[in-house]
Amino acid sequence: MPPARPERAAYRAGPKLENNRTAPTTGSHMTAFIQYTLQGLALGGFYALAALGLAVIFGVLGVVNFSHGACYMLGAVGAAVLLDATGLGFWWALPLMTIAMFLFGVLMERLLVQWLLRLDPLYNFLLTFGLTLLLVDVVKRKYGVSGLPYPLPAGLDGRITLGAVSLSTYQVFAAVFSISVCLAVWLVLTKTRVGMIVRASTEDAERSRALGINVSRWVTPVFGFGIALAGLAGVLRAPTGSVTADMGSFFIIILFAVVVIGGLGSILGAVVAGFLVGLVEAYGQGYAGRFSQVFIFMLMALVILVRPSGLFGREEAAS
Amino acid sequence: MTPVPGEILEVDGLSAWYGEARVLTDVNLRVAPGEVVTLVGRNGAGKTTLLRSVMGLHRQVEGSVSWAGQVLGRSSADKRAKAGIGWVPDDRGIYATLSVQENLLLPPITSKADAWSLERVYEQFPVLQERRDFPGTKLSGGEQQMLAIARVLRTGSRLLLLDEPSEGLAPVIVQQIGDIIRQIKDQGVSVLLVEQNVKFAATVADRHYLLAQGRVVESRDNDSFQSRTSELLEYLGM
Repeated sequence: MPPARPERAAYRAGPKLENNRTAPTTGSHMTAFIQYTLQGLALGGFYALAALGLAVIFGVLGVVNFSHGACYMLGAVGAAVLLDATGLGFWWALPLMTIAMFLFGVLMERLLVQWLLRLDPLYNFLLTFGLTLLLVDVVKRKYGVSGLPYPLPAGLDGRITLGAVSLSTYQVFAAVFSISVCLAVWLVLTKTRVGMIVRASTEDAERSRALGINVSRWVTPVFGFGIALAGLAGVLRAPTGSVTADMGSFFIIILFAVVVIGGLGSILGAVVAGFLVGLVEAYGQGYAGRFSQVFIFMLMALVILVRPSGLFGREEAAS
Repeated sequence: MTPVPGEILEVDGLSAWYGEARVLTDVNLRVAPGEVVTLVGRNGAGKTTLLRSVMGLHRQVEGSVSWAGQVLGRSSADKRAKAGIGWVPDDRGIYATLSVQENLLLPPITSKADAWSLERVYEQFPVLQERRDFPGTKLSGGEQQMLAIARVLRTGSRLLLLDEPSEGLAPVIVQQIGDIIRQIKDQGVSVLLVEQNVKFAATVADRHYLLAQGRVVESRDNDSFQSRTSELLEYLGM
């Protein structure tokens, strides 16, 4: 990836999440810690939602979707464009962009991905990698590289003060919202027949076929659903920083670290590792400044050393 | 529930490849309604590939497989399962992310008349009821084998493909699996059984096909198989 430097710079300059990195004035380390934790949960929410999508797509289709970061970016850019063109704000963008990204995922699977499913998984990896370059460049051409503005939604732009702890309202919202979505997805996956089929097919699609499950029928909706989650994470992220064509490029790298830590093909692993990485990044930002990303990859290396198949991965999943 | 006359598995001139390597050559075999037939042969003889080809999981094949009068052709594994073919893989194929009960409930019912109810499964395998909320892979090897068999019985499958069900299990459990096989045979269900444990195979089977290097080299009924077991095994290099 040649332009690594500007991407990283943009990424770091971007998120207003760092607004909280003011020195703890009241001398309370606890306050800072609570703020970093909340920041971590909000950040983790973006990772968890997107990684959840990546995990079900990998599980059911066997596709490592490299374009997941680009889809996350499209969710955010879509929200910004929606606001600019129609005046519809965040609360509209949240459902509309999620539906739009679901449809985008369905189209992507029907038009492109499905034709390569029978071949070596590498082909779809290359396809989605190529698609990423294309989508990022299209957005750059149309909207420039400097980024689109996206305001904090009205009502969530303040701060919540609890004693000595002052928290950004939007961060509280983002953390609670993404945890709720993860819980809702979890309930659907564990309490419904469709969820049972998706879990079984995520674990072993071939075996599910041999037991009479028409896995192919679920391939398109699952792909759309995974992309929709990436888009949702993007919309949720939009108000926290500048919306740029490159915002997905670094995100996808972290996302792969999340998936490796959680265990490729594990749904629970994706969610847990998502929040874990978010927390590690936030504590890193808070206590060790520019080394924050280093800690994520140190965590990944540690997990690979101790449990090569990830925290929740099974041995089969690793092979 | 007695054998249904047309329910015959017929494998005709089946050859299978892995890439360039040919693993099955011109295999012909037949399983009659309510018959238990074993495939005997040493490791690498092509037994598992044969079962996988019948199930539609191994696709690099030539020749024909028909079941209950239908030529299966290129039909997918899930269609074959819905046509009443039940698959019990050699690794048992229990889902770790599904509870014991979910493992049982996952495959759709293919024949209401033959399907075992959950009550009947639990009556036959009390341990599965005790552990129904455990993750499937928390069961012991023998229990997982019971679960894998119970899972296809619950769908009402009329032909079971059992891949080494006795492998690595204690004698008591092997006996129990033998009982189940005899019981489902009485129900008119056909069984194609891959087995290394020849003694066990002889206690349940009507006929045996001997496989060597991807070919059927002998077909014997159980009596003539038992009287010459050691000679036949030597011939197979087992």
